[in-house]
Amino acid sequence: MNIFEHIGRYFLMLGGVFSIPDNRKVFWERFFDEAYLIIIKSIPLVLFLSFFMGGVVTIQTASNMDSPFLPEYTIGFITRQSTILEFSPTIITLIIAGKVGSNIASEIGTMRVTEQIDALDIMGVNSINYLMLPKILATTLFYPFVIVISMVMGIFGGWFAGVASGLYSTETYVLGLQFDWDMVEIGIPYALTKSMVFAFLFTSIASYFGYYTKGGALEVGKASTSAVVTTAIAILLANYMLTQLILI
Amino acid sequence: MIEVKNISKSFGDTQILFDVSAKFEQGKVNLIIGASGQGKSVLTKCIVGLHEIDEGHVMYDNRDFSSFNNVERREVRKEIGMLFQGSALFDSLTVLENVMFPLKMFTKMTKEEQVERANFCLKRVDIIGKNDLLPAETSGGMQKRIAIARAIAMNPRYLFCDEPNSGLDPKTSIMIDQLIKEITYEYNMTTIVITHDMNSVLEIGDNIIFIHKGENHWQGDNTQIMRTDNKEVVEFVYASGFMRNLREKIINS
Repeated sequence: MNIFEHIGRYFLMLGGVFSIPDNRKVFWERFFDEAYLIIIKSIPLVLFLSFFMGGVVTIQTASNMDSPFLPEYTIGFITRQSTILEFSPTIITLIIAGKVGSNIASEIGTMRVTEQIDALDIMGVNSINYLMLPKILATTLFYPFVIVISMVMGIFGGWFAGVASGLYSTETYVLGLQFDWDMVEIGIPYALTKSMVFAFLFTSIASYFGYYTKGGALEVGKASTSAVVTTAIAILLANYMLTQLILI
Repeated sequence: MIEVKNISKSFGDTQILFDVSAKFEQGKVNLIIGASGQGKSVLTKCIVGLHEIDEGHVMYDNRDFSSFNNVERREVRKEIGMLFQGSALFDSLTVLENVMFPLKMFTKMTKEEQVERANFCLKRVDIIGKNDLLPAETSGGMQKRIAIARAIAMNPRYLFCDEPNSGLDPKTSIMIDQLIKEITYEYNMTTIVITHDMNSVLEIGDNIIFIHKGENHWQGDNTQIMRTDNKEVVEFVYASGFMRNLREKIINS
C-alpha cells in the first residue's frame, strides 16, 4: 500500500470510530479504564522526565548566559517559555507517544492476529468503535492535564537545579517566571491545544496500525514500530502547522 | 438453514473459490472438509462476511446476507456463535467475563441474570469453578469449551466452528465433537464445522461438503462418505493404511 492508500484507509477508519457505541454503559466503563491505563499510568514517567528536563534546560540556559546586559531573571523566563511552549507539549508527548503508541498498536495487533477482533465482528460488535473510541476520547480529553502537570514539574525542576547548584536565588527565578505574563496567557492555550491534537494523533495512528496488522507476532512488532515512527512524524508536522496557525 | 449460491472469491489474481453452492441444514452438524489450501476457511469467512464475495449470494434463512450493509449484517451476526481455531477468547477478561461479554453488549439483562446465564453455559460445557481465571491460565481444551460457552450464550441460530479439534488430544477432541453435536440438536441450530479430523467426519458429519480446488466437489453424509468411490474424497479421507483397510472391510461387509 502506498501512503495515500494508508491515509485514505485511516480516514475511513475514523468514520467507523466516531459512530454511536453499541452499548453506552460498556463504552463509559472502557472510557474510564482507558483513562486510567493511558493517562494515570503515564504520570510517574511524565513527572520524572519533566523534572530532569526542566533542570537541564535551566542549567544550560544559565551556563550560556555570559552577557552582563542580560538580567539573571532571564533564566527563569526562558525556562518557563521553553517548557510551556515546546518541551512539555511536544518533547514529552513524543516520549509518551512512544510508550502509549507501541502499547496500543501491539495490544490491538495481538487481538487481530489471535482472531479476537474477528470474534468481536462475528458477535455483531462494531470492533473499530469498541476498541478505539474509548482510547481516543479518553486520551484527547485528559492528556492536557498531563501536560499541565509536566509544565509545573519542569518549572519546579528548573528551580531546584538552579537553586541547588547556586546559579541564582529563588526570588530571581520567580521574578523570571512572572516576567511578561501576557506570553503565558497566549502560550498555555496554544500548548493545551497542541497536546489535544497530539493525543488524538498518537492514539488514532497507533490504533490504525494495530487494527490492520496481518500475520503473526513478527508483524505485530513491525506494526508497533511503524506506529511509533508515523506518530512521531505526524506530531512534528502538526506541531509546525499549529505553531504557524496559532502563534503567527 | 444457510445456503450459499454460486459464490466466487479471489485475492488479487488468485481465485480461491469457484462458483460454490451448498446448503447447510438446520438441526444438523454440517462439515466442510478438504485438504489444506483448498478454500475451506475462505468459504467460511465469506459466509460470515469477514471476506467480501466477488459473486453469488449467502442466504441466512432466505435473508440475502451478501446484499446487506454493515448495520444489517451486525443484526444477523447477533444470531451467530463462532468457535475460532485459536479460541479467540479475550485475554484481558476472566472466563466468566468472556462468556458474559455478548450478554453485556446486546441484552438488557441485569448483572445477576448475566452471571446466571454465563454460569449455565459454562456448566453446560463442563467448566465449573474456573470463573475467575484468565484464558491464559486454562488448558487448550478448556479454552475451546469456554469459547463454545461464549458462542452459545446468546442462544444463536447459527454456530460456526473453525477446526475445533486442532491442537487437542484425541480424548478431548471426541469430547468437543460430542459437545458440538449435542448443542446442535439441543438448540436446533445450523452448525457448520470446518475440520481435518477424520474421526469428526465419521462421528458427527450429518452433512459433509468436500471442498477441492475451490469447488464443492462432493456432498453427502457420514455413511455415504464410507462407500463413495469419488477419487479425491477417497484419497483425502482414506489417506492412511488403517483407514483404507477400514473402508475395504465396510464395503465388503
